Amino acid sequence: MDEVLLRSLTPSVLGILVRRGADFAAAEDAVQDALLEAVRVWPADQPRDPKGWLVTAAWRRFLDATRADAARRRREDLVDEEPAPGPASAVDDTLRLYFLCAHPSLTPSAAVALTLRAVGGLTTRQIAQAYLVPEATMAQRISRAKRTVSEVRFDRPGDVGTVLRVLYLVFNEGYSGDLDLAAEAIRLTRQLAAAIDHPEVSGLLALMLLHHARRAGRTAPDGSLVPLARQDRGRWDTTLIAEGVRILQAALARDRLGEFQAQAAIAALHADAPAAEETDWVQIVEWYDELIAITGNPIARLNRAVAVGEADGPRAGLKALAELDDSLPRHTAAAAYLHERDGDLRTAAKLYAEAAHKATNHAELDYLTRQAARLNSGGSVPTDQ
Amino acid sequence: MAKYLMLKHYRGAPDAVNNVPMDQWTPEEITAHVKYMQDFADRLRESGEYVDGLALAPEGMWVQFGGEGRPAVTDGPFAETKDLIAGWMIIDVDSQERAVELAGELSAAPGKNGEPIHEWLELRPFLTPPPNITDCVH
Repeated sequence: MDEVLLRSLTPSVLGILVRRGADFAAAEDAVQDALLEAVRVWPADQPRDPKGWLVTAAWRRFLDATRADAARRRREDLVDEEPAPGPASAVDDTLRLYFLCAHPSLTPSAAVALTLRAVGGLTTRQIAQAYLVPEATMAQRISRAKRTVSEVRFDRPGDVGTVLRVLYLVFNEGYSGDLDLAAEAIRLTRQLAAAIDHPEVSGLLALMLLHHARRAGRTAPDGSLVPLARQDRGRWDTTLIAEGVRILQAALARDRLGEFQAQAAIAALHADAPAAEETDWVQIVEWYDELIAITGNPIARLNRAVAVGEADGPRAGLKALAELDDSLPRHTAAAAYLHERDGDLRTAAKLYAEAAHKATNHAELDYLTRQAARLNSGGSVPTDQ
Repeated sequence: MAKYLMLKHYRGAPDAVNNVPMDQWTPEEITAHVKYMQDFADRLRESGEYVDGLALAPEGMWVQFGGEGRPAVTDGPFAETKDLIAGWMIIDVDSQERAVELAGELSAAPGKNGEPIHEWLELRPFLTPPPNITDCVH
């Protein structure tokens, strides 16, 4: 049985229940139950119409749950008649669910959890494991999120930007457990792109594909981080890169630039270089300028300074860096790198060690410590990014 | 989303405002203190922010490799001057601001005369997984 196919039916099945009059929270529980039942039953008895089967099973679960609750008798009368599904399409339902699960009234962690369950069809246990929290904690997070959006009208369009930020978080942050959150984020973004025609949705999808393509090259066999310039480009997934570039080009051609398209353009320039030294840093600096014009993001300014260091030399990079707040994350790491490129190894070693103390993730802490150790022990292997 | 460790000390933290040792409280004051801590954890469970928590025994020892083929060396109990951790709680929250807010709340647990202890809690972020979007690792 194809679990991804099964889960891809989640939003349209949930949408049908909601349009039949079920409230979102109860409908979502019913769909989860139906998915679990499908996982149990389908391997032996695959239905000819999987979606129809799920709708029937979920609707039955919903009615059972509603009947079991005596206080809800009046609502039962309302929903027992099974009104016609109405004019909305499965695509509209899917889109509305994305908006609902990323509603601005939700905290980022709540929106992420609710999206993974109600749109992604993942179980609470899977989501809890992916974020290393107890299942009971994740169950609470999800049920609170459902209460928070219970008053939100399902048929109102939302802001696609909030949905994209949630999907970006799913892609970018998560532990590498059994569940591949990055792949799940790509699946959900593809599904969103099929439901709405928007250049920034394409931009985010391209950004994810271009980074995902480089995943195999990003870690050494011992689990340590390999910087971009030293990655074995033969291990990059050229099919994903080609797809990302194609999606990005189509989006850019529409001339409605946004932050995700700009980030994807930078990723595409890296992916496009046959070797690190052939990277088009001048164009990358230009794209950072675009990104900064759109977002004003200080991290983009920091990355721009490093790109300037590549395009115009380390002195120019240090000059650009000096204009930025030195409390920015990774400011010290960037300074260390640029000083090393400038030949000032003593300062670089000191700054690498200092940067390691400020690292927020283990791979970076390990990498920066090794950089300092390499310089302190007289290692002459040139650093490359 | 970020995980933080809140560390409570038996000793070694800067002095609290209401700094009376627990053996000089009334039993009711101890009960009120314990209940405050339990209610705090329950609220975090309910808000979906609780990960883990445990209390540590005050007694323990140092252990060291004793050399090839020899038993491990032990030393203890701890010297009076040592930092002594009493317990921890791990939370998973949306921001550092939220973590600080929660630690502040925990520090308000009642002590002698039912007054907040104003105890200093150590708040430590866990290292996160590396982000997937990394164009500029240097």
